[in-house]
Amino acid sequence: MKISFPIMGNSYIAFKQLIKDLGHEPIVPPMPTARTMSLGTMYSPEFACIPFKILLGTYLEAIEMGADVIVSSGGHGPCRAGYYGILQQKIIEDLGYDTKIIIFDSFAKTYKDFISKLSWLLKTGKKSWWDLYQAFKPAWAKLKALDEIELYSHQVRPYEINQGETMKVYRKCLEIMDEPVSKLQIKEAKEVCMKMLKEIPQDKSRNPLKIGIIGEIYVLIEPFANLDLQATLGEMGVYSERSMNLFHWLKENTKMSRHEKKIIKSALPYLREKIGGHGINSIGETVMYAQQGFDGVIQLAPFSCIPEIVAKGILPQVSHDQGIPVMTIFLDEMMGKAGMQTRLEAFVDLLQQKRDLKFA
Amino acid sequence: MKNAYLGVDVGSVSTNLVVMDENGEILQNLYIRTMGQPVKAVQEGLKELGSLIGDDVQIKGVGTTGSARNLTSVLIGADVVKNEITAHAVAVSQLVPGAQTIIEIGGQDSKIIIMRDGVVTDFAMNTVCAAGTGSFLDQQAARLNIPIERFGELALKSKNPVRIAGRCAVFAESDMVHKQQLGHLLEDIIAGLSEALVRNYLNNVGKGKEILAPVVFQGGVAANVGIKAAFEKALQTEVIIPKYYNVMGAVGCCYLAMEATKKNPTKFKGWEAAELKFRPTSFECRSCPNMCEVIQVYENDVIIARWGDRCGKWSNASLKTEVS
Repeated sequence: MKISFPIMGNSYIAFKQLIKDLGHEPIVPPMPTARTMSLGTMYSPEFACIPFKILLGTYLEAIEMGADVIVSSGGHGPCRAGYYGILQQKIIEDLGYDTKIIIFDSFAKTYKDFISKLSWLLKTGKKSWWDLYQAFKPAWAKLKALDEIELYSHQVRPYEINQGETMKVYRKCLEIMDEPVSKLQIKEAKEVCMKMLKEIPQDKSRNPLKIGIIGEIYVLIEPFANLDLQATLGEMGVYSERSMNLFHWLKENTKMSRHEKKIIKSALPYLREKIGGHGINSIGETVMYAQQGFDGVIQLAPFSCIPEIVAKGILPQVSHDQGIPVMTIFLDEMMGKAGMQTRLEAFVDLLQQKRDLKFA
Repeated sequence: MKNAYLGVDVGSVSTNLVVMDENGEILQNLYIRTMGQPVKAVQEGLKELGSLIGDDVQIKGVGTTGSARNLTSVLIGADVVKNEITAHAVAVSQLVPGAQTIIEIGGQDSKIIIMRDGVVTDFAMNTVCAAGTGSFLDQQAARLNIPIERFGELALKSKNPVRIAGRCAVFAESDMVHKQQLGHLLEDIIAGLSEALVRNYLNNVGKGKEILAPVVFQGGVAANVGIKAAFEKALQTEVIIPKYYNVMGAVGCCYLAMEATKKNPTKFKGWEAAELKFRPTSFECRSCPNMCEVIQVYENDVIIARWGDRCGKWSNASLKTEVS
């Protein structure tokens, strides 16, 4: 079967391999563009959030490419994302397509459903559970390597001497990472990429500002949704770290990591209740960034996202207590790069002045 | 020969130019309407200012701000290009020392800047809504056939402001029409509108911000005494309107230019830049479905700047090699 999936950062490279190894034909939808956004917006409810619209646009583009099945993940708690798969399925049916959307929810909470969907994928791909085990290992390694490469690119960028070079090298790295198949090959390819990034001419005498980026997971990870926030900051000479990447999220959801426990503990003085999505994380992560000596925090939220709106209401208090400036950016299909640029520049000026005062 | 600095703020509605000497004295200031033609506005302003200033003043540094800050910087040769928030804050910290809150309402955007000890500690700008900005007031004044300059004094005459829905500019207008048809007095409606705009500002832009006195009110809309009164009523404190309230961004740029040229000579192209032939053009890049609108600026026949692309293909391309 032809199977497609949402685009979220660079993860498509690993998912593509996994689907292939499970005996299906992967359909990699185009990277989200203005066309994806227009398609998604046209067929979405107006007040759905921007992740919904980009995903729907991506699904429609995947359907154009012949996808029979689209595999995606769900959400839990009081966040609308939990219903998105169902709604998107209905919209696609109304448009006259018979493409099926399969949603994998958190394994720990819905393991029966999870396993039955997985076994269906295996059966149709004529593969065994042993094959899955074999396919899973390199895909997992690839996902991890891709994350590491991306994180490292964000570390290099604020020091780059020729503006834009890190971006060029990073794009080349993604091409390189598309090639390897086995775990060993992936490891070697990763080392090549890391070396390429390392060799970018850098001015290590700089002392960049450090900004933590928090908020809703999709707009955090997909650069198209956040107007390339991290690269923009990097090219302004600012080091940024985001609170989440896909690999960590998968680890949390498969109960392989305990990092989230720490975040939630940090949020406790301000919020005791899980409010859906990553709302409570946004609070806890701000506290943690402050404790780690970051200069500021940027909250990214889809316009009309309830968990992040609740978090935004609490953040001024956190910002005040922890002495860390916080700026919220709401994202929707109307958001323009110019407005974002102005706010970022002003925020960076604010942080720089604050730092200068501290050392004066 | 006197040394001075030039600040230029090109916004959606107005283009402001200020020349300030080394001691912070404003020698000249101009406030002209942009009329959707930033290049023309800047060049006209430059020409006028050049003749007003004369030959015994030498420009030692230039700063630009406003939504056309990058374009303007290319046109006249700027030493510093700054966002509006920082520029406004710098001006206030110099002209109104001790100010803790800045309310700035311009043609299409409104901002709040929180300052403590002369440094910006927090700020916000309107995002999804432009109700309550200068453009909307302009439009309503035109619709009611009242010169915008008289809008404020009329509001002050009102004894009984009506309540207008201020969330959305279009619905505010519907509401005003409705109140007019019911027979409310014009001044009551205008006063009601002023209050609605202030309410909208405080609930949107000012939400969650610690607004402490002294409060400074600037930007084109600060000329409106009705809005000033509405702010004073809502905040229960006096609102200061600085002398150069409508060109504060440009004033801030003068200070920033002074700072930026301490060690470097200025890049200012001279008043003659008013006579150069600039031609901004745009094209749609077809390399991917983003189809970015790329802007390129020609000086005579040479491309001097390019921007607007998402990926950096055009803006990063070396201009000299591309021109041939």
